[in-house]
Amino acid sequence: MTTTTKPAAPVTGAPARRLGAGALALRQGRLELTQFLRSRESVVFTMGFPIIMILIFAAIFSDEIAPGVSYTQYFITGMIATGLMTVSFQNLGIWIPIERDRGVLKRYRGTPMPKWVWFAGKVLMVVAIGIAETVLLLAVSVALFDLELPATAAKWATFGWVAVLGVTACTLCGIAISSLARTARSGSAVVTPVALVLQFISGVFFVFTSLPTWMQQVAALFPLKWMCQGLRSVFLPDSFGAQEPGGSFELGRVALVLALWCVIGLALCLTTFRWTTKRDG
Amino acid sequence: MEDELAISVRGLRKAYGDNVAVAGVDLDVHRGEVFALLGPNGAGKTTTVEILEGYRRRDAGEVSVLGSDPGSPAADWRSRVGIVLQGTGEFDELTVGEVVRHFSGFYPDADDPDKVIERVGLGAKAKARTHTLSGGQKRRLDVALGIIGRPELLFLDEPTTGFDPEARREFWELIRDLAAAGTTIVLTTHYLDEAESLADRVGVIAAGRVVEVAPPDRLGDRQAALATVSWRTPDGTPESAQSATPTALVAELAARYGGEVPGLTVTRPTLEDVYLRMIGH
Repeated sequence: MTTTTKPAAPVTGAPARRLGAGALALRQGRLELTQFLRSRESVVFTMGFPIIMILIFAAIFSDEIAPGVSYTQYFITGMIATGLMTVSFQNLGIWIPIERDRGVLKRYRGTPMPKWVWFAGKVLMVVAIGIAETVLLLAVSVALFDLELPATAAKWATFGWVAVLGVTACTLCGIAISSLARTARSGSAVVTPVALVLQFISGVFFVFTSLPTWMQQVAALFPLKWMCQGLRSVFLPDSFGAQEPGGSFELGRVALVLALWCVIGLALCLTTFRWTTKRDG
Repeated sequence: MEDELAISVRGLRKAYGDNVAVAGVDLDVHRGEVFALLGPNGAGKTTTVEILEGYRRRDAGEVSVLGSDPGSPAADWRSRVGIVLQGTGEFDELTVGEVVRHFSGFYPDADDPDKVIERVGLGAKAKARTHTLSGGQKRRLDVALGIIGRPELLFLDEPTTGFDPEARREFWELIRDLAAAGTTIVLTTHYLDEAESLADRVGVIAAGRVVEVAPPDRLGDRQAALATVSWRTPDGTPESAQSATPTALVAELAARYGGEVPGLTVTRPTLEDVYLRMIGH
């Protein structure tokens, strides 16, 4: 240790070189992303899971769901939606309790960092991984299974807003559900069953309309079903809309339900979020 | 500003359910002072300090820290206060340099990250991932993050737990440096030698109350207590006497033995003796 010291208070009236809001958010996002990319398990799990699933599904259902439309074309929608839910809802619901338990959040609270910066960092991380993971999934599916990408700008636009609204809702819900876990270990126990059940009832692993009606109705209460439905409108021919439970892809309702979940998630975050563990009072 | 109080506490109370953790604490800490809070586990030290740091809400009492109420502090308050908590979280995937640099971005007048890393004795570990650090090294990182913003007031909650003796001495040097540069320091510790060596004043807290506040050499009327003079008789038998005038006794012994008194020691109650008596042992 050296003995050089600086006065505790600034000697001159030099203007404070505090970083701007945008810079704070960006460097927080970069830090979160660095941490994520360096933890090999989460990278493999998050990036690899949807790809492994589509490989399995393509191997099982190698025929066509309708003339000229492969099963892969149908199931890719569920895999994209699942992937987006994994990077946002599961990723945050599992990691935030760990960070809270370790005291990482408490440490941030002891700094002058504005609270929103921390949330912005998480959102930027989720968006970056979500994009990377979706691109990878699409590339693999195009290369191996002749997936047909959306042909029109309108379909790409729908893809965009469904993904953004879906990820936003899932991110907020992931942050909200993180407060249910009492310890670092319990995050995964709280989140995984919720995610798994939603995947089964929302048409990720099965053709949605082949599920029992009551199951479809339960699924319709949650975002994943609507994310899948919105993505089906992007990846399937327009004629498939008639087979949806509502007789069309119901994009207006997709937007409404996802937006509603954004509001619910945000309200839960604002009312229940904790920077410290329960035993910390 | 010179004689202003850094911390002023009157009638602070905090209960968790039926368990009264802090039962009416009064405390003043002057600017530039090193103040040590001593007390057994569960005495209310950490609760008191965490209220001062703005982490916990109080049930009653007046609290002013650097002129702000930590429950609703002024905008720049957090950038003037440095906090080293008991056992806070690490950023396992990041290097020491990355973490310190990142936190420096939160403060308007941050110190140079490389200099701070050097100063806490982690220069050789700047590129190491934090999960590879030893317990003592992690604690040094905590300290680095506590002082990176060049705080006017630094809280240290049991900072040297897990340090080897050499590391503790180095750490004490660092604290003396900071104090010499004008930083006010509030320290909780279990180590009485640490309090004695560093603190201008010591507050003893027991069962949620401050029992006494005094410079370490005057605590519990230490300097007025009877001294114990011990020596050996010519046939080797240990002999000792309590005396209010030990100098006179030593002079008399010197005369009796015609020079050197074999095995002569003069002791007063140690801080530990006084402390244990105060907390009721």
